[in-house]
Amino acid sequence: MKITPDVIAAHQLTPSEYDKILHLLGREPTITELGIFGVMWSEHCSYKSSRIHLKKLPTESRHVLQGPGENAGVIDIGDGLAIAFKIESHNHPSFIEPFQGAATGVGGILRDIFTMGARPIAVMDSIRFGKLDDPRTGERNQRILEGVVSGIAHYGNCFGVPTVGGECVFEESYDGNPLVNVFALGVFRHDEIFYGKASGVGNSVIYAGAKTGRDGIHGASMASAEFTEESKQKRPNVQVGDPFMEKLLLEACLEAMKTGAIVGIQDMGAAGLTSSTCEMGSRAGTGIEIDLQYVPQREPGMTPYEMMLSESQERMLLVAERGREEEVFAVFRKWGLDAVKIGVVTGDGKLRVKDHGKAFAEIPNRALADEAPRYNRPFTTPLRNAPLNGPDIHSNDLTADLKKLLASADLCSKKWIYEQYDYQVRTNTLAGPGSDAAIVRIKGTNTSIAMALDGNGRYCALDPREGTKLIVAECCRNLSTAGALPIATTNNLNFGNPERPEIMAQIVESIEGLAEACKFFEVPVTGGNVSLYNETLGTPIFPTPVVGIVGTLETAIPIGTTFKSAGSTIIALGGLGKPECHEFGGTQYAKAIYDLLWGKPPALDMEYEKRVQATIRELVREGNVESAHDIGEGGLAVALAECCFGPRDIGADVSLDSDLQPEILLFHEGPSRILVSTGDPQKVFSAARKNRIEAVEIGVTLESRVVIRNRKQLLIDSRVDELKEIWTYSLEHLLHNPVLVNTNV
Amino acid sequence: MKLGVVVFPGSNCDHDAWYALSQNLRRPTELIWHDSASLGDVDAVILPGGFSYGDYLRCGAIAKFSPVMQAVKRFARDGGLVLGICNGFQVLTEAGLLPGALVRNANLKFVCKPVPLQVVTTDSPFTHQAAKGQALTLPVAHGEGCYIADEKTLDQLEAEDRVVLRYGVNCNGSMRDIAGILNAGRNVMGMMPHPERAADPLVGGTDGLAILGSLVNAGVTASRP
Repeated sequence: MKITPDVIAAHQLTPSEYDKILHLLGREPTITELGIFGVMWSEHCSYKSSRIHLKKLPTESRHVLQGPGENAGVIDIGDGLAIAFKIESHNHPSFIEPFQGAATGVGGILRDIFTMGARPIAVMDSIRFGKLDDPRTGERNQRILEGVVSGIAHYGNCFGVPTVGGECVFEESYDGNPLVNVFALGVFRHDEIFYGKASGVGNSVIYAGAKTGRDGIHGASMASAEFTEESKQKRPNVQVGDPFMEKLLLEACLEAMKTGAIVGIQDMGAAGLTSSTCEMGSRAGTGIEIDLQYVPQREPGMTPYEMMLSESQERMLLVAERGREEEVFAVFRKWGLDAVKIGVVTGDGKLRVKDHGKAFAEIPNRALADEAPRYNRPFTTPLRNAPLNGPDIHSNDLTADLKKLLASADLCSKKWIYEQYDYQVRTNTLAGPGSDAAIVRIKGTNTSIAMALDGNGRYCALDPREGTKLIVAECCRNLSTAGALPIATTNNLNFGNPERPEIMAQIVESIEGLAEACKFFEVPVTGGNVSLYNETLGTPIFPTPVVGIVGTLETAIPIGTTFKSAGSTIIALGGLGKPECHEFGGTQYAKAIYDLLWGKPPALDMEYEKRVQATIRELVREGNVESAHDIGEGGLAVALAECCFGPRDIGADVSLDSDLQPEILLFHEGPSRILVSTGDPQKVFSAARKNRIEAVEIGVTLESRVVIRNRKQLLIDSRVDELKEIWTYSLEHLLHNPVLVNTNV
Repeated sequence: MKLGVVVFPGSNCDHDAWYALSQNLRRPTELIWHDSASLGDVDAVILPGGFSYGDYLRCGAIAKFSPVMQAVKRFARDGGLVLGICNGFQVLTEAGLLPGALVRNANLKFVCKPVPLQVVTTDSPFTHQAAKGQALTLPVAHGEGCYIADEKTLDQLEAEDRVVLRYGVNCNGSMRDIAGILNAGRNVMGMMPHPERAADPLVGGTDGLAILGSLVNAGVTASRP
């Protein structure tokens, strides 16, 4: 095939990128080579628009064993144990084919974890869709949501990893571009860590797992382009997942690693055989020569181009010590999987691809993995479509407003979603979905891992830098509320087209905000994913960085977020907040009641936030609070209602003393606030004094009613069960698809 | 009593069952690989939850052909205690060791949550330490847990006191709220809820011990006059 400008453009390479290829090779590439460069230099694989900014992120601490650049980040958690964790997006495939797109998103991130040698013990998902009740797109959004949720359930449940938490948000900006970000975490001992390095000239390169087919060809390049009308024809680009195969692959890989014969291992994710070979070679400074005739194939007649670019799932590339291959093969045979030698590690630093002895590609590994173009794309000021000022806020019925918020798709219970996920398998889940932070114990130790995912497109649309800092603060607060010390971060940066300077500005501001907050809260970034070109027909999504933060705590029954019994004192740790009016425009109240977005996100004082978090960790650890719940989206009133939704419907009698107008007092989303209930308020006050933070006694728990007053003025009055009913079943009602309970046949 | 937990390719609650029996209940427990033709010297065998052989075709349909299931059938015929949990229950019905079948949940969705249950009979090695009518809360986690059988079979199960557990809230559409049943010899039980997920106060409570505790002490009781 002749390389014409059209062929180059079809591989999403610019003329100047093609010139660079000519320079690196010293000749014209073959079509196979062009395909290989096309995927490796795609935004998805090379991070070419974001890399220079990602360098600003803090990546080190005494806990970090492996920072960005490997398949997953690794941190030390003591006792000789470590955890590997990472988040990745599968946004584009999930729009084209929601079920398989989401399922293979789970599969991909799980492989990233067990390729490091860690057994996956938890998954979380951050998913975003267009509004379910939009008259124009609602039905499609419902279908996408249902497909994504069943896809995640299908893969995670069968694989046998619990899906322990996440977030789900509905916003018009995700109408043509849903976000599916999947986080996974695994545990292992320090001496069990494996890296994606093809070390040792003469060692064998082994292919293991599923056979290669024509699915997913060009997936990485697809994920690096905006959606157009033509995208609908890209369905064959979406891969098909087989969680059973992945489960076998997991067991076989972990068992094969124990033989001591494996030198390096990497999963075949985006760009499949191409990325795994050249990245493993590049990391070790070696070359790799493979002959495609040995690659297990699902269908006949595949060209080298197709095999190198296939994104068939559930495949691994291993490098084994020469002479010990049989030890590895024996393990894979036991699990009924293909494992064959397809090549050797060489000393010339090149990726050499042959088919039946004939060479089809010969490219320096470094050229592919490390010398991809890097762009310092021009940026101006962040795109912002929201006004600074909003309407005068006035409500006639605050109780009705609270009900409306509790029924809103963003704030209502996500039970309909998480009950489709097996969140308990492996019997480690101490706190599952619906908690501020998920907690998973590590058997045989006294250590548990807490984790949370947070994002907020609204805040970031108003101010990407401050919005991102707020997300990091909130995520750390969620962990602290559970009693855990946050220690490291992974992140998924979802943005529009970086070639637009106002979008690039969002990316830069957000990354700088992330860097500042992660430095301040001492949660270095150990890896993550950047998903750009999230635009459909020229409309970008809200800038949506999603952070996943992990921490540790001692294993114990969690105190939980809900009130335990009547008669306890309720305290707002951190105070009631001092919001400015224009900081109200990003709230869920502004969204649910006014359907508007304006102003600035809430102001964050990171010093104060840190002290609030230290206080709650101390209170939880010492057993001085009965419940603790972060005041987040929906503000004080929503947080208070959620505290009442425990098994016993314990309510609250709250009396406030504030100059704020009631709407703002109840629903503003100022950070650094946590609602606690306690039988010993003096302990809480004393901890707050010591850490120089406010602690305001606001009321007492009681049976079955929620009442909120401000200076004698009654603001909210409702039965708990009435609020709980609304909150619990709202998502099902929005989906016109009630979950069937109590079918007595 | 020595216990064995069968490991099929695709089993994913095998380790949970092993942990509950060996760590929470402190009984010697071993894992038995699916191609074993023998169960060794175990006194009871657990078929755990998961997706055996990927559950292609139908849940449990491939597992019934595995070498270990031939051994389980002989073991059951000789009076050995067999407990199938979730996918294990599906395997037992496919293998013909228990009547009826488990089909897709009535709402066609996977369901994972704690459900209220009632112990219907204590006349079994799996419930002899529970009280008749005792309320238990155990987690379910399945997509195909809707128990069906013809009317005659259902009547017979009830007449012979072979329904062991009933759902308090029917989460999957099972006929007559059936969550667990016994074979005619009362030595083979299948149940959709997961007792191994409720064997530890840290996770899921300890209601599962009503079942697993009965099982591991079944030998003790049997030897009493």
